[in-house]
Amino acid sequence: MRLSGAEITIQCLQEEGVEFVFGYPGGAVLYIYDALFSQDKVRHILVRHEQAALHAADAYARASGRCGVALVTSGPGVTNAVTGIATAYMDSIPMVIISGQVPTPAIGLDAFQEVDTVGITRPCVKHNFLVKNVDDLAVTIKKAFYVAMSGRPGPVLVDIPKDVSQHMAEFSYPKSVTMRSYNPVTKGHSGQIKKAVQMLLEAKRPMIYAGGGVILGNGSEQLTRLVKRLGYPCTNTLMGLGAYPATDPQFVGMLGMHGTYEANLAMQNCDVLLAIGARFDDRVIGNPEHFCSQERRIVHVDIDPSSISKRVRVDVPIVGNIVDVLDEMQKHLDASEVKPDAVALKDWWKQIDAWRARDCLKYDRNSPIIKPQYVVEKLYEVTHGDAIITSDVGQHQMWAAQYYKFDKPRRWLNSGGLGTMGFGLPAAMGAQMAFPDATVACVTGEASIQMCIQELSTCKQYHLPVKIVNLNNRYLGMVRQWQQILHGNRYSESYMDALPDFVKLAESYGHVGFKIENPADVEPILREAFALKDRVVFMDFITDQTENVFPMVKAGKGLSEMLLGSEDL
Amino acid sequence: MIMENNTSMRHILSLLLENESGALSRVAGLFSARGYNIESLTVAPTEDPTLSRMTIVTSGSQEVIEQITKQVNKLIDVVKVFDLNEGRYIERELMLVKVRAEGSEREELKRTADIFRGRVIDVTDRTYTIELTGPRDKLDAFLEAIDRSQILETVRTGASGIGRGEWILRV
Repeated sequence: MRLSGAEITIQCLQEEGVEFVFGYPGGAVLYIYDALFSQDKVRHILVRHEQAALHAADAYARASGRCGVALVTSGPGVTNAVTGIATAYMDSIPMVIISGQVPTPAIGLDAFQEVDTVGITRPCVKHNFLVKNVDDLAVTIKKAFYVAMSGRPGPVLVDIPKDVSQHMAEFSYPKSVTMRSYNPVTKGHSGQIKKAVQMLLEAKRPMIYAGGGVILGNGSEQLTRLVKRLGYPCTNTLMGLGAYPATDPQFVGMLGMHGTYEANLAMQNCDVLLAIGARFDDRVIGNPEHFCSQERRIVHVDIDPSSISKRVRVDVPIVGNIVDVLDEMQKHLDASEVKPDAVALKDWWKQIDAWRARDCLKYDRNSPIIKPQYVVEKLYEVTHGDAIITSDVGQHQMWAAQYYKFDKPRRWLNSGGLGTMGFGLPAAMGAQMAFPDATVACVTGEASIQMCIQELSTCKQYHLPVKIVNLNNRYLGMVRQWQQILHGNRYSESYMDALPDFVKLAESYGHVGFKIENPADVEPILREAFALKDRVVFMDFITDQTENVFPMVKAGKGLSEMLLGSEDL
Repeated sequence: MIMENNTSMRHILSLLLENESGALSRVAGLFSARGYNIESLTVAPTEDPTLSRMTIVTSGSQEVIEQITKQVNKLIDVVKVFDLNEGRYIERELMLVKVRAEGSEREELKRTADIFRGRVIDVTDRTYTIELTGPRDKLDAFLEAIDRSQILETVRTGASGIGRGEWILRV
C-alpha cells in the first residue's frame, strides 16, 4: 500500500491504538492534519497553546497508563511545547511527540518557522529522531512508541520535515522492533532480591519508601501486599501518592520538604530502608550529608540503574521491573522461616505513633477567613476521595498532597520533578479525556491558573466538565512563604495586583463561576459545583493570605530539622 | 551520601555507538548538562560503517565515573560502554607540532624528535612539522623537552584507547 508520509504517520498512530492526539496545526504539519481530517479513528483535540497539548497528553498518560501523543508544528510550535516535554521527562511519562519541520532542502537555511528541534529538545527527551526519508518513517514511529513505553518511560519526539510528510512510500507497520543499542533490563537479580529480603527481615526499625516508579510500573498492588504482609510503615513521595493507600494505618504520610513529621522522622531513624521507584532527590531527603549521618542499610529497587547510588550510596541495588521484583520478594518471604521481629516492630510503631500524635497537619479550624487546607479537606469529603486531582505548582500543590488522601494510583497528577506552573488545567483535560465519567478537579492558585487559563476554551469545545478549585491568596504563595522565612519578609514581586474577576472570566468562556469568601460556604459550594456534572465550574476561594505550608524542611537542611508551624519561625 | 573524598582519577571510556547524526552531540551534551569533565573526546566510524568508536578521557571519583558510565549507557544511541581502567589497556594520541627550526636549532630538534620516535613530516627553511604518537605523558614530555619558545603550533587528537590482549569491545 503506497501512502504519503502524512498518511503513514496517522496510520501508525491507528496501529498503536492511539485514541487522542493533542495538538495545534501549522504550516509544517498541514499534510499531517489533512491526513487526520480524512479518518475518524484517531481523535484530535485542539488546544489553545502547544504547552497545554503536551500537558494534556502527559496527564492522559499519567491517568490511563497509556502513551500520550501530541502533535505540533515547527518553530514556535516546538518551542512552546518544550516546557511540556521537559515536564514529562522529569516525571518519566511515556509520550510520543510528532513535530513538523521545514522541508529537508530548507533545513539549516534559517527558513520561516525553523528551529533545530532535535537539538533544542535533546536534553529533555528520552530520545528523538529526525526523519529525513519517508521510507524510514513507519519504523521510526514504531521505535518511538517502543522507547517511550519501555524501561524507564519518557517522552520521545519524532521530527518530520514537510516534504517527508508529502512523499510517498510503501507502508507496512512493523509488529515489533529491536534495537541493538537499547535493551532495558526487566528482571531483577535473584541473588540481590534474596539478600534484600533477608535484610528486611533483620530490621528493627524498618521503613518502606515508595515513589512515582511504583505507579509508572503498575506495582501498587504488589507494594500494598508486601507492606501489609511485613507490617512495616510506608511513606510515599509526592510522585508516589496513591501507590500505597493513604487511609491505611501503616501509611505515615508523604515525606520530604513538606512531608509529615512521622514520615520524615521514620525515614531518618530507620535501620533498614526499602526504596522502591524513588530517587532520593533533594526535595525528599533534604541534605544528603545529614541524611547519611544516621546509619542505616538501604535496598533500592529501580528500573533505571543510573537512579541507583546517584545521591545516596545503597547497600543492595536491584535493577528491574517493580512488579517482578516485588513478586519475587513475596516468594522469598513465603519460603523464609524468619519472620519480622515482632517485639522490635512494636517498639518502632510506638515511636512512630508518638511522632504521629504531634498531629503535624493541624491548622486553625476556627478561622473566620477560609483556610486553604480546609478547602482541600472538604474537597476530599465531597468527592468521597474518589476524584482525579490535578494540581499546579506551589502551596496549593502541597496542601492538595497533604490533605487529599489518595487510596489509588493514577489519581494524583502533578508536575513533581520540573514543577511546572500551568500544568493543572490542561492536565485535568487530559485526565477527563481518558476517563470521561470520572470526577476531575484541578487544585490550583490564582497565579498558576493564569499560566494556561486559555484552556477554559478547550474545555468548552470538547465538553470537559473539569472542576477548578482556585485557592486564591493574591500571592505567589510559596515564593511569599520562602521570602517570609528565608528573606526577612521582603516580598519581592510575589504579590499579584489586578487579578481578573474569575467568575466573570469563567462565564465569558461559557462556564459556571463561584466566588467563595466565607468558610461556611465552602462545603455547600463544592457540593453544588460537583453536582453540575456536565459543566466546568470555576470556584474562586478567597483564602488566608498569610497561611504557610507546614511541616517544612528548609532547603539544605536535614529531614529531621522540620519547622512545624509559625511558632517555629 | 556519595562521598567525594576518594580521589579524582583519570579514566578512559570506550564507547560503541550508532553512527548516526546527532549521536556525538548526545554524548557531548550529556557531559556538559551534568557537569562531567571531558579531557578529550575522539570519534570515528569502525570497520562496520553503522558503528562509531568513541574514546572519552574524563576524570572523577569512582562514584562519579560509575554515574557517568550509567548515564552514557542510558543514551539510546550508545551500544556499549567500557571503562578501560577496569583492565589493562593501551592508549595512543597523535600530535602534530610545528616548531621554529633555524640554524643550530635544526639539528637539536631533529635529535630530540628521534629520541621520542617522532618524525619530521614537513620542512621549510625556518620550520619543522613533527609527528609524534604515544600516550599523553610522552607527548607532554616532548613538549617539555624542547624550548617552549620554539613551539609555533600544536595539534593533538586526544587519546584513543584499546584493551590489551584478547579482550575485545564489539557488538
